[in-house]
Parts: sequence; structure tokens; C-alpha cells
Amino acid sequence: MAIALFLVPLLGALAAVLVPWPRWRPWLVTLGAAAHLALVVVALVDGDVQAFGGWLALDPLDRLALPLVSTLFFACSLYVPTYLALRRGGPTRMFCAALLLFLAMMTLIIESHHLGLMWVALEANTLASAPLLYFNRNARSLEATWKYILVGAVGIALALLGSLFLAYAALRSGLETSLLFDDLVRQGPQLSKPWLHTAFVLLFVGYGTKMGLAPMHSWKPDAYGEAPGLVGALLAGGLTTCAFLALLRFYHIADAAGDGAFARELMIAIGLVSMAVGAVFMARQRDFKRMLAYSSVEHMGILVLGIGIGGLATYGALLHLVANALTKGVMFLSAANIHRAFGSKHTDVVRGALRRVPASGAIFLAGFFAVTASPPFAPFLSELTILRGMFASGDYGVAAAFLVLVFIVFAGMGGTVLSVVQGEPPPKLAETGFHDSIGTVGPALLLLALVVLLGLYVPPPLNDLVVQAAAFLDPS
Amino acid sequence: MVVTSFVDPLVLTILVINFLLLGTSRIGAAINGSALQGVVLGALTVFVHGALATRPLVVAVVAILIKGALIPGMLRRALRDAAIRREIEPLVSYMTSLLLGALATAAAILFASDLPLAPEHVGSLVVPGSLATVLTGFIILTTRRKAITQVVGYLVLENGIFLMGLTLHEAMPFLVEVGVLLDLLVAIFVIGIVINHISREFASLDVTRLESLRD
Repeated sequence: MAIALFLVPLLGALAAVLVPWPRWRPWLVTLGAAAHLALVVVALVDGDVQAFGGWLALDPLDRLALPLVSTLFFACSLYVPTYLALRRGGPTRMFCAALLLFLAMMTLIIESHHLGLMWVALEANTLASAPLLYFNRNARSLEATWKYILVGAVGIALALLGSLFLAYAALRSGLETSLLFDDLVRQGPQLSKPWLHTAFVLLFVGYGTKMGLAPMHSWKPDAYGEAPGLVGALLAGGLTTCAFLALLRFYHIADAAGDGAFARELMIAIGLVSMAVGAVFMARQRDFKRMLAYSSVEHMGILVLGIGIGGLATYGALLHLVANALTKGVMFLSAANIHRAFGSKHTDVVRGALRRVPASGAIFLAGFFAVTASPPFAPFLSELTILRGMFASGDYGVAAAFLVLVFIVFAGMGGTVLSVVQGEPPPKLAETGFHDSIGTVGPALLLLALVVLLGLYVPPPLNDLVVQAAAFLDPS
Repeated sequence: MVVTSFVDPLVLTILVINFLLLGTSRIGAAINGSALQGVVLGALTVFVHGALATRPLVVAVVAILIKGALIPGMLRRALRDAAIRREIEPLVSYMTSLLLGALATAAAILFASDLPLAPEHVGSLVVPGSLATVLTGFIILTTRRKAITQVVGYLVLENGIFLMGLTLHEAMPFLVEVGVLLDLLVAIFVIGIVINHISREFASLDVTRLESLRD
């Protein structure tokens, strides 16, 4: 089962390379995604998923992240056939194969409970995303891909160095060096403190780079700005989820080793810095896809901030992981439609989206309210829970900063979003031939429905998953 | 029986190459320097182990092939295709980067002396040498402007990490070793392809031209 979960998308990627019919190739992605989602559901119901002597397993954190990533990917895969029909002549073979490889590697990151294997999967995932980012094959997407790979490669290298330090922490104490997370958590109290301390910093910087936390976020605006919207959704909702999960694993080890207080302080500080950087750069942002990138920086900040506060905020942060990933899907897919319809992503040209593409414009506007935590959307519920957690733990200063930053983001992002959706489209705008259709609007609408549903009512099975994951991290 | 007293001189060689890399303006020399580092690292893989065994030998051969021959070959090819010889004005002068390198090496030695080492590594240069090499790579990566020199910086950074990995060689499973080497190869490969495209699109390998995306 554990092997099938990543092997099915991997075989799908192989099939995408081999299939000689370009018209049917995009449907392979949809098929692979559906099969993956079905397997995930079976795995969750089945319970006991293990392979390779514990190298692959599902703990409560994975049981939350895996269905999330799979659902998001499925929604995005519904967008693929229509998108590639619009972009005929592009490198679709590579694109479809890379998408499925991306899914396989995300699954492997989530499933792997071995330090080295997880790292290898993350590296492979980065390589798989390069052709996705370079899909447009122009100078700007090339620049974005170059930055993404170089910054990502440094992050991955630091993560490896951190992993070696962590292994040394075990070696130093004369422990049997197992690189399985469960063993490391169990051995936590005996690990050599100075090595563990340094290891956590390196791992935090390394995986934090992949997550796009400030100040390691420099790749994000370029990558999200130039990538196809669907790839932006997968990076902002999928890859960042996986990187966050990796961070949580190391936090878990540090906490078990008695270094939790330091880790939490670091997370609160970096969380607030990320929120501030996002807030500052979102204001007056004229490129609405870059705006979404800074929004992602902000929300990554909120995630680590919630974990740093702990207690109720841990539950809030894990709920926010779900809310943010789905909302980012809504935003990026609708932004992609607006981008296509206007042939531009700058507010100088893009005005009156509600008139030109009414459905996409409305979804984009709704997505804006969701992402800035307005009721009745899911992020409202999760951010409110994090805020309550801050009050419960007595972190009033942090709570005040959080509220101020969330307000600045709302005002700054609102300016850009409103100028995109309102008003009249520029009269001289060339016809791009893009109109709202089931294929382009449906996936975003599906995700928006989920965001609204989770805002109004968290279904008990999902709530159980979040509660178990929070209890796993924070047993107190 | 292999003599472990070769270990420290070899680590010193790596440190000396670090400074050569920091001070040179010739890209060809930088590539040769990183290749030599790769070969020394391969040799170290054998010497770090007390006794001669198959596994370290295999890793050493693979490391020398990839770090010492394959990747430098790819880089030289990219260099020839793009017809450039020298790094243009780096962001900081060579003197400053040498000074930064010296500071980084001192900091690495101080920092490593604070870390409690396992009995078999006490007094050895491997851990401070590894940290110094990682920092040197980072300095080259951030202060040079040519894409190809940045790749050399990244290689040096990876070499430093590989050196750290040698302390854990017995504890780390084979899969991880192979994974590390393969991923290094593939990462540089992809970066190489990208460089190739950059040279076509911009007719130059100057990454400061890559700044149309700004806020």
C-alpha cells in the first residue's frame, strides 16, 4: 500500500512520456490523480500502512497532509486538459510527466520516515518542478527557474548538512544511529545537545527555504509569478505543505530532546518576520501573481507562528495548513484564468475582470476574502483559533502584532485585487479568445466550495485527523 | 591497513584549494580547483576508514569520477560554448573574499572546537575543515556574478557537506550515499542545462542581467 501510493503516480509519469497521443496525455494526469486520491482514501481507512522496515509509514501528521495534497492535486489535475488545450504546441509531454513525478515525490516526502529518504525525495521533487516552471520557455521563466533551482539547491544542501549534524548528535552519544524519525524522537533526551541545536537551525533554514519563509523566500515571487497558475497552486499548496511537514518532524525531535523552547522562539520570530515581509511587499503590488507569492510567504509565517505558540494554536496551525493549501488553489487557478483572458498579469492592463471573465473574477474576489481570513471561509476559522491560542498562552504582544499584520495584508492586497476585478476592461484590449468554461472555472469552484464548507463546518473525520496530528506534536 | 595520518594533510589540501578558489579570477582555474577537491575527497573516503574495505573504495571511485571528472568536464564544455575566460568584476574584490574566507575558516575552527566530538574525531581537522569549506562555497556562491562561477561555489559547498558525511560514513546507509552523489550529479546537470539556455537567451552568462524580475 505504502509503495503503491507513490508508485502509481510514478508509473503514470512513465506512461505520460510513452503515450504518443498528445490529446489524451493530459487526461493521464487526471487519471493518475484520481487513482492516487482513491488509494489515499483506502490507506486512511485501512490504517496500518508500512513498508521497507518502517522507512515508509503514515503517522498522524502524514494522515493529515497526504489527503490534503492529494485533493489539491486532483482539483488541479482537472484543470490540466483545458489548460493544455489552450497552450497547444508547448512541451506537454514533459509537463504531464513532471506533474505526475511531482505528485509521486510529494507523496514520498510525506510517507518517508527516514531522514535520508525524505531528503532524496525533496531533491527529486525540486528537479521535477524545474520543467513545470520553465513551461513558457521565455527569458523571464528561464530566470525564474534559474533562481528557483539555485536557491532551492542551497536550501537542500543546508538541509542535508543539518541531517548529518542530527545523525552526528546520535553518533556522539554512542547511540545506535538509526535515521528513522520514530527512533530519533525516542532517543531525543540522549542526543548530544550542541549538535542537535545546530542541526535544528540548519534544518530550519534548509527546509524553510523550500517552504519560502522570509528571509529565505527570494525565489518565491519570481517562481510563482512566472509559473503557469496551476503550477503556482501546486507549489504554494503542495510543496510548501511537504516542506512544512519536514520542519514539523525536526521540531518534534528537538522538542523530545528538550530543545523545544528554543525551536518555538525561532519559529515565532521567523513567523512574524515572514508575515511582515509578505505584508510590506503585497501593498501596491502591481503584478497579481507576485502578490499571491507574497501572500504565500505570509501564510507560511502564520503556520510556523502557530506551531511556535503551541497548545491550541498548534491545532489552529494544522487546520490552517489545510485551509491555506485549498485557498491558494482557488487563488492561483482563478488568477491563471484572468491572466489568460487579459494576456497580462499587471494591474495597468488588467481591470474589470468581473466583466470580462465574470466567473473567474468572482472566484478571485471570493478567494481574496478567504485568504485574508474573512468569515465564512476556512482561513478565518483557523486564524481565529491561532489567535485564541495566543491569548490562551498569554502571548499578547505576538497577538497584537499578528492582528496588525493581518489587517495591513487585508488593506494592501485589497487594493490590488479590487483594481483587478472592478471597473471597465481597457477598450483597446486585444481579444485573447479566452472565456470562462467548465474546464477552467470548475476546479477553482470545487476548491472554493471546500474552503466555504470547512469555514462553516469541519467534518468530524477531518477534525479527528487535525486533533490527532496536534496531539502527536504537542502531547500536553 | 590504511594510514589514517593521511587524513589531516588531505583536509589541509582542501582548505588550501578553498583559498585558491577565493582568489582566482580565471574560471578555468576555479573549475580545476573544484575538480581537485573532488579527487582529494575521494581519497579521503578511503583514508577516513581505519581498514581497507570494499564499500568506501566504491564510494571513493564514484566520487572521483563524478566530482573530479564528469562535472568539471560538463562545466568546461559550458565554458567553451559560451567563450568566456575570466570572471568579470565580482561583487566584492578578490582581496575581500580572501579575507572573508579567512574569517570563515577561523570561525569554523572556533565553532567546531565548541562542539563535543566523538572520541574518534577529537583533534582531527575533518569537522572544522568541513564547516570552513561549506562557508567558502557560500561566499563564492554569493559574491560571484557569472553563473558558472556560482555553480563552482555550489560544488565547493557540496564538497564541504561530503566531508562532513565522511565522519558518519559507517553510520549512514548505502542508499543515502548513492542518493547524495546521484542528486549532486543531477542537480548540476539540470543547472548546466539551464546555463546552456541562459547563454542562448542572453548571449552571456552574467546573472546580474537576470534582474528583470524585481520589486
